[in-house]
Amino acid sequence: MKMSKLVNSVAAMALTATVSTVNASEELHIYNWSDYIAENTVADFEKSSTIKVTYDVYDSNEILEAKILAGKSGYDLVFPTARPFADRHVRAKLYQPIDKSVLTNYGNLDPIILKSLNDIDPGNQYLVPYMWGTTGIGINLDKVKAILGDDMPLDTWRLVFDPAIVSKLSACGVSLMDDATEVFVAARAYLGKDTTDFSPAATEEAAKVVSNVREHIRYFHSSQYINDLANGDSCVAHGYSGDILQARDRAAEADNGVNIAYLVPSEGAVVWTDVMAIPADAPNPKAAHEFINYILTPAVIADVTNYVAYANANAAATELVEESIRTDAGIYPPTATRERLLILKTPSDKQARNMNRAWTRTKTGR
Amino acid sequence: MITIRQLPQLLRKESRSLIIAVPWLWLALFFILPFLYILKISLAEPQLAQPPYTDLIQTDGEGLVTVLLNFANYMLIWEDSLYLDAFVGSLKVAGVSTILCLLVGYPMAYGIARAPVHMRLPLLMLIILPFWTSFLIRVYAWMGILKSNGLLNNMLMWLGVIDEPLDILYTPIAIYIGVVYSYLPFLILPLYATLVKLDNTLLEAAADLGCRPFKQFLTITLPQSVPGILAGGMLVFIPVMGEFVIPDLLGGPDSLMIGKLLWTEFFNNKDWPLASSLAAVLLVALIIPFMLMRHFERKSEEGQA
Repeated sequence: MKMSKLVNSVAAMALTATVSTVNASEELHIYNWSDYIAENTVADFEKSSTIKVTYDVYDSNEILEAKILAGKSGYDLVFPTARPFADRHVRAKLYQPIDKSVLTNYGNLDPIILKSLNDIDPGNQYLVPYMWGTTGIGINLDKVKAILGDDMPLDTWRLVFDPAIVSKLSACGVSLMDDATEVFVAARAYLGKDTTDFSPAATEEAAKVVSNVREHIRYFHSSQYINDLANGDSCVAHGYSGDILQARDRAAEADNGVNIAYLVPSEGAVVWTDVMAIPADAPNPKAAHEFINYILTPAVIADVTNYVAYANANAAATELVEESIRTDAGIYPPTATRERLLILKTPSDKQARNMNRAWTRTKTGR
Repeated sequence: MITIRQLPQLLRKESRSLIIAVPWLWLALFFILPFLYILKISLAEPQLAQPPYTDLIQTDGEGLVTVLLNFANYMLIWEDSLYLDAFVGSLKVAGVSTILCLLVGYPMAYGIARAPVHMRLPLLMLIILPFWTSFLIRVYAWMGILKSNGLLNNMLMWLGVIDEPLDILYTPIAIYIGVVYSYLPFLILPLYATLVKLDNTLLEAAADLGCRPFKQFLTITLPQSVPGILAGGMLVFIPVMGEFVIPDLLGGPDSLMIGKLLWTEFFNNKDWPLASSLAAVLLVALIIPFMLMRHFERKSEEGQA
C-alpha cells in the first residue's frame, strides 16, 4: 500500500515534469483588467489545452496603452476599452487582424454589439467584444435618502453635479472618477448639451460644472470607491456599473447594514464595451486565438459574468447566466434604460490633451 | 624620454585615472545617456504610433536629411501656469517635509548617537526595520489609519477627544504624514553618521569652561553636524520633489505636484515629448540645490582644514 503510493507519486512527478517540458514551448501572456475574469477561467483553460498562461492585470486603460505604445510588451492578448482606446490603437496599427476561421465559437457573439463596433473597426477585423457595461452613480441608499428625503428622484446627475445637492451629501462622501472623458461627458449630459462635442468651449462648460462642486467632492478616483462604498465610508460615487455592483455584493456579504444601489441617470449615461485584441508584435498569436475561442464558449463567459457582474457580448451565453444577474437592471438594463445610453465619440488627440489639461486644472482648483 | 625612475610615478598616474574612470563611466551610462535620450524625446512631437513621438532626424529617399527640433513643449511649460503651479506645489511639499523630517529626525539621530554603544545597533535597526515591508504597503497602511472610519479616528472618538471624525485622508496633512514617515530614515542615517563621529572632547572642554548644555549644542554640535543635515535634507528633498505615489494615494484633489502632472502627460495624454520636457526641467532645477550643497560642503571642508 505504502509502496504503491510512493510509486504513484513518483509517476505523478514524472508526468508533471514531462507535461511542463511540453508546455514550455506554448506560452500565452494575457494582460487584462483586475477582477475581470472568473477565478477558475484561466486554470480551466490550461487544463483543456497544452498552453501555459501568464496572467497579469492592470487597473487603467492608460497603463495598457503606454505599454503597447512603447512596443514589445510581450503580451499576446489585451483587453482595452473600445472607445476611445481600442479605436485609437486600431488606427495606429497596434493590433493584428483576428483570424475568424479558427474561432469556431465566433457565431455566439451578439450581432448588435458587433455592429456597434463597426465604425471604429470596420468588418470587426481586429476587436472581439468581451464585456459591456455603463458608467453611472452608486449610492448608499439609506444614507442618501435620509439626507435628501424620499421624494427626490435619485437617478440623476444632479447627485454629483448640482451644488445645492452635492453640498448636502458632501459630509457623507461624494466621489467622481478620475477620468476627463467620462466626467466631462456626464457633466454635458447633466447640462442637457451635446455629449459628442469636445471643442475647447464645450470642455470649458463641462469643466465649470465640476468646478462648481469641486469643494464638495472628497476625491477623484476610478476604483477607490468600490471599497469606500462597501464599507460605508462614502455615500455617492460616479463609477462603472460592475464595480458598484461588486461594492453592493461585498457589503451584502459583510452584512454590515450598508445598502448600495446602482443608478443609470435619466439624463443619459455612457455605455462602453471592452474588447479582446492581439498586439501586432504578440509572440504567440496562435495561443491568443485559442484563448479567445475558449472565452467565446457560452458556458465559460457565463461563468465570468456571474463572477464579475458585467454583461458579456455573447448572445448564446445569456440564458446560462444566473437568473439574479440576468434580471438585474444594473447589469442587463431594460429597453427603456438602454434608450438613454450614450455611445462615446473618440476625441482627437489634440482635444483629448486639452480635456486632460482642463481636467487637471479643474481637479486642483486652478 | 622616460627614465626608469619615472616609471612608477607614471603608472600611479595611469591607475589613478583608471579608478576615476569607473564612476565616470557609471555616470555616463546611467545618467548622461538616459538624460540625452529624454532630451531627444522632449524635442519631438507626439504622434499616434509606436513609439508615440516623431523622429528628430528624417530622411527622404534622395538622401536629404532634415532635423526637426520642436521647442513648443518647453514653451508650453513656460507659458501655461499649470506647470509652474505644480512646480511650486512640489517645492512647498518637499521643503515643508524636509523641515518636518529635520525636526523629528534630528532628536532621534542625536539620541541614537548619544546612546550607549551596545544600544546603537538595535536602535538603528528599529529605524531600518519598516523598510522590510514594501513602500507601497506602508503607504496603504496609512490610508487605513487616517480614513474617516479608520484606526486614528475611531481611537480618538473612543477616547472622547473628538465627536466627529477628522478629515485627514485626502488632505495635504495626509501627504505630509506619509512623506515624513516614508523619508525619515533617509534623514536620520546620514545625520547619525555625522553626529556619532563628533569629537566629545570639545564638549568636555566647553563644559569645563562653564558652557551650559544648550549653548554647547548650539555652538558646538549643531554647526559640526551641518554636513549631515545637508546630506540628509537633500536625500529627503530631492526624491520628494518628484514624488508621485504618496500624493496620489493620500492626497486630495487639490494636491498638484510635478510627479502627478508627469504621470498625466505620459499616461493620459500619451504626450511623451511634453512629459520628457517636464522631466528635463525638473532635473535641471534639482541639480541647482545639489551644486549648492557641494559648495557648502567644500566650504566647510576648507574651514576645517
